[in-house]
Amino acid sequence: MGEKIATRAAYGKALVEFAEQYPNLVVLDADLANATNTNKFAAAYPDRFFDCGIAEANMTAMAAGMSTCGLKPFTNTFAIFAAGRAFEQIRNSIAYPHLNVTVVGSHGGPSVGEDGATHQMNEDIALMRTLPGMTIVVPCDGNEMRLAVKALIENDGPAYLRMCRYAVETITDETPGYEFKIGKGVTMKDGSDLTIIATGIMVGYSMKAAELLAAEGISARVVNMHTVKPLDEELVLACAKETGAILTVEEASTVGGLGSAVCELLSEKCPTPVLRHGVPDEFGRSGSAADVLNYFGLTPEGIAAKAKEVLKRK
Amino acid sequence: MTAKELEKLAYQARLLILEGVHCAKAGHPGGSLSCVDALTTLYFDEMNVDPKDSKNPDRDRFVLSKGHCAPALYAVLALRGYFPKEDIKLLRSIKGHMSGHPDMVNVNGVDMSTGSLGQGISTAVGMALAAKHLGKTYRTYSILGDGELAEGEVWEAFMAAAKWKLDNLCALIDVNGLQIDGATKDVMPTEPLDKKLEAFNWHVIKVDGHDYDAIKAALKEARALKGMPTAILLKTTKGKGVSYMENSVEWHGKAPGDELYEVAVNDLNRHLAELEVE
Repeated sequence: MGEKIATRAAYGKALVEFAEQYPNLVVLDADLANATNTNKFAAAYPDRFFDCGIAEANMTAMAAGMSTCGLKPFTNTFAIFAAGRAFEQIRNSIAYPHLNVTVVGSHGGPSVGEDGATHQMNEDIALMRTLPGMTIVVPCDGNEMRLAVKALIENDGPAYLRMCRYAVETITDETPGYEFKIGKGVTMKDGSDLTIIATGIMVGYSMKAAELLAAEGISARVVNMHTVKPLDEELVLACAKETGAILTVEEASTVGGLGSAVCELLSEKCPTPVLRHGVPDEFGRSGSAADVLNYFGLTPEGIAAKAKEVLKRK
Repeated sequence: MTAKELEKLAYQARLLILEGVHCAKAGHPGGSLSCVDALTTLYFDEMNVDPKDSKNPDRDRFVLSKGHCAPALYAVLALRGYFPKEDIKLLRSIKGHMSGHPDMVNVNGVDMSTGSLGQGISTAVGMALAAKHLGKTYRTYSILGDGELAEGEVWEAFMAAAKWKLDNLCALIDVNGLQIDGATKDVMPTEPLDKKLEAFNWHVIKVDGHDYDAIKAALKEARALKGMPTAILLKTTKGKGVSYMENSVEWHGKAPGDELYEVAVNDLNRHLAELEVE
């Protein structure tokens, strides 16, 4: 396992790293540059950084206008404001005309911790999934975030990039044959009894859960579904057919997110027992990130327990 | 272009607005008729645009922030040669590409898809900021409604335009005083608009929104000004040019039936005939 780093920190570094290579990249923030880590880009490229103040709606639609003039804007704020407050700006000014803007939501999910429910955005993946033509990427570690940033700068169209505050171990740098491609899930570990399909920082926890399950003689496959939309349908269907049971894991609401996407696909094309693990239909709460994740069972132990539950339905 | 030439075009545009809304049996004639004089002046006198090269990166940009007045934009674009005038007959129809609100993907000449009030001016700020960033000299224009100013995002956009000293941005506010639920002063008072905008560090010019020479002069003044964005407050009459629609909130978002359509066409043709003999 590699260094422990929050995906938001890797994001900040990646923006600076790719700035020279992509001169049309511009970065917008809404008075959260220190938290979203765009402050490094702002310091290195002040003329390409636009602080829009605490006005997310305007920032989001401004980025739409800028993109029509040949720029590649990345907008930045907390996920709650990015996908929540400015949802309709994303819908009507970015997604409907299919403009080339990447909306970055930092501080996604309950791992925000202490700030509590108002700032724990659990619904962003669900909201973004409803928008036609939207690409949704949720990197699982710092290495994957770096690759995702490059891919999204090159991507042409509306995209949502979700990142989190909590530092997690880097795992993709040591995964054999790992390659990042938008829309292509990665099998992190093979297995035959069930497949754990996870996104974001839950991928690393799912790998640990697979180790716990192996100790009990259960062979779990782990898939890193960094792109929630468009979903890698081929991979999900193969996992359903080959392992016969699916557990989805996301640090987000189980209503409308990755779990829903997987269920929608499988119910129509390959009915398979599925269990959705994530934040249930309720709001978050204050606590340390570890405590809040533990509260929702979003831990290796919690994931392993859910895996055993879905196995019983096979 | 002379004021008289602009007036003829604006009244031809009015005929197209009415034709489109009548064919669609829906749409927003009132606000389309109040802003069409400014829109005509922009596309035929002020803006550097070429219908044959509608995607030129150096062209001036226009955003109809009050997107429900799409009939006015489509009418002026058609007259300017972006697409055949006949297309307006399919306004809001499943058979055509003339969607109910401006659609930049399917309608040639539309620089930004709008319709959700408040967002258009933000996109215009983005376009003007992009011009500064890229070292381009194109200008960006946007027409807003006075009812639209109740949207908080508008004021976010106004603040941002002043922050970046966007003297390449000109907002034209169609102050017709009416909105769906009634008079703007009753629904959500916006006055004193000039003082509010000045407090937001905008240069403000107040004109009669149906006086072509005054609009031209204001646009010229805006172009010459350095260091701050300009807002032109257009004092207008909602439904201007159609006798029974003038100053009537009833015609905000309703199409006339066959008989009233004929009355409207007669009103407009009579005015065009008067312009011919003058």
